[in-house]
Amino acid sequence: MDVFLQQLINGIVLGSIYALVALGYTMVYGILGLINFAHGEVVMVGAMVALTVIQVLLGAGSPLPVPLILALGLAAAIAVCMALGFAIERVAYRPLRNSPRLAALITAIGVSILLQNAAMIIWGRQYHSFPALLPDTPHQIGGAAINDLQILIVLLACAIMGGLLFLVHRTRLGRAMRATSQNPEVAGLMGVDINTVIAVTFVIGSALAAVAGIMVSAYYGIAHYFMGFMLGLKAFTAAVLGGIGNLAGAMLGGLLLGIIESLGAGYIGPLTGGFLGSHYQDVFAFLVLILVLVFRPSGLLGERVAERA
Amino acid sequence: MTRRLLAAAGIGLALALVLAGYGKESSGPKTIKIGQVSPLTGPQAHLGKDNDNGARLAIEEINAKGVTIGGAKVQFEIVSEDDQADPKTGTIVAQKLVDAKVAGVVGHLNSGTSIPASKIYHDAGIPQISPSATNPKYTQQGYKGAFRVMANDVQQGKVLGEYAVTKLRAKKIAIIDDRTAYGQGLADEFEKAAKGAGATIVSREYTSDKSTDFRAILTNVRGKQPDIVFYGGMDSQAGPMAAQMKSLAIKAKLLGGDGAQSVEFIKLAGPGAEGSIASSPGLPLDKMPGGKGFTDRFTAKYGQIQIYAPYAYDATMTLVEAMQKANSTEPAKYLAELAKTSRQGVTGPIAFDDKGDLKSGPITLYEVKAGKWVTLETVGGGAAASK
Repeated sequence: MDVFLQQLINGIVLGSIYALVALGYTMVYGILGLINFAHGEVVMVGAMVALTVIQVLLGAGSPLPVPLILALGLAAAIAVCMALGFAIERVAYRPLRNSPRLAALITAIGVSILLQNAAMIIWGRQYHSFPALLPDTPHQIGGAAINDLQILIVLLACAIMGGLLFLVHRTRLGRAMRATSQNPEVAGLMGVDINTVIAVTFVIGSALAAVAGIMVSAYYGIAHYFMGFMLGLKAFTAAVLGGIGNLAGAMLGGLLLGIIESLGAGYIGPLTGGFLGSHYQDVFAFLVLILVLVFRPSGLLGERVAERA
Repeated sequence: MTRRLLAAAGIGLALALVLAGYGKESSGPKTIKIGQVSPLTGPQAHLGKDNDNGARLAIEEINAKGVTIGGAKVQFEIVSEDDQADPKTGTIVAQKLVDAKVAGVVGHLNSGTSIPASKIYHDAGIPQISPSATNPKYTQQGYKGAFRVMANDVQQGKVLGEYAVTKLRAKKIAIIDDRTAYGQGLADEFEKAAKGAGATIVSREYTSDKSTDFRAILTNVRGKQPDIVFYGGMDSQAGPMAAQMKSLAIKAKLLGGDGAQSVEFIKLAGPGAEGSIASSPGLPLDKMPGGKGFTDRFTAKYGQIQIYAPYAYDATMTLVEAMQKANSTEPAKYLAELAKTSRQGVTGPIAFDDKGDLKSGPITLYEVKAGKWVTLETVGGGAAASK
């Protein structure tokens, strides 16, 4: 039982991170119908920037309190990622907005490769250890261990997702976003500045990516230039699972995928009598992707297309 | 107008380059290429660069001293290739080195790449000394040109397994490996030895050499309450694994092989590194006959030693010494001398048995204490003398 509980906790923490990244995919898809494959790389850049800032602050020998160091690292990562998100949209996607979708998709992959290699040049090829800033003494709950960092990740992810839902459904900007998503031309005729709305969508998505990047590297204690690739693919899977273009779907999909992966990796060994082992962990995400695409292409909560009717 | 100008400039530049290259070829001593292969990108890039630096230091010292082979002055040059720790890439870069007509190869770093690459070197008749491939298979294929300057995993797994049971008093042991030739091979040898000494293996889990998330498998391991967790694999996984063990409140010690016994492991594991134990074939650096001098020369130039740099240095020196003795850089001619090698390297005495394995390689156990690897004890080899 305590093993099950522990796997569930592992899954929820991992799932919260997936959900944050999945939101970035889903927001952009909801508005542009474009899969922004560079999103995973934005997550990586966020982690690397935060790592650099935190290392400088720690190395300066200045007795800054830990929460302040974390906040500064987070702020720097968010700022850089927002600028990056804005630049990607402006340079790589806006000129192609009216071209066939395939062109935009290829550009997205190109941007992803570009960012990965740029990061390799800037930060080097090795693994970087992400300093453990929070005490990692585990709390025991019913035989399972959970530490402050894990609690913080889940709470922060929930708060951010709540804030995003509020933004999209209760504010003027949110209304403009929803309008653009339903029909950009009509929204434009109604006085919505589409370019601004799309840019803002990218900027918000990138800010979420920055937060997720810090979470994932703090959680595993590691950051490297290709960490965004697999994470991006899995978050994309999570978005598809929940119904791409659907905000609540991305959150649900992320959480579910995290739990499926944890429980799957935990139980595949014993269930198959050792024939398949826990090294098949990464298979589950893509198995889910295939199953969803075959049996329920619109995802659990449906694509945003449903809103149009 | 500008276009024509550009074209003219281009042709001029190309000509200049050709001439410069030509000039280089025709003057100065003969240049002999020696291949070096290790992962220079990816999770093990720090280890690959370490090997590369070790080989480079050896070549620089040899060139500075000046070597005459076959009556002519000879300059050596390292041709470094990146195999990404990937068996497929390993064979591609091996072929590249063969095509580049290298006289010998130092590498590869990993067993998983050394084994498939050794066939290509064998077919081309090029001798190969791996500084760090420890899987027994590497030298069991009957290739006359395949050597290593480190004890293999049969010896290492045995020492680790017996140490876990007799010294650490482990009764229940969990084993995790990364499914590479090295990790899996070492884990299997460890399992055999531990079982033989009377321990029970309560869990056998697997990961990959690129993973960073071990929480799912560690949670399973925790449920079995082992006294010791053994990991067969490299430091880029062992480090985060130790950290995640701590955050899951696993009390068992992490035990690993030479792949985990690096400075990088301690960095990646953070506070979780404390108390972890790992073995490494060979003597501790400060006990190596030329260890002190090597460490000083290496760190002055390249910074901290990760693990295998001294072995890459010895492998390179051994190759060149065999060429000097045979008075030829022709692989077919110096191979016989290489097999007969008997010399004092910085890592200890270097001599090969009939398979190409290092004769009587010692194995040393280390523990992390206060953020540093501290020597526990040395087993086998010339250990009796150096203890």
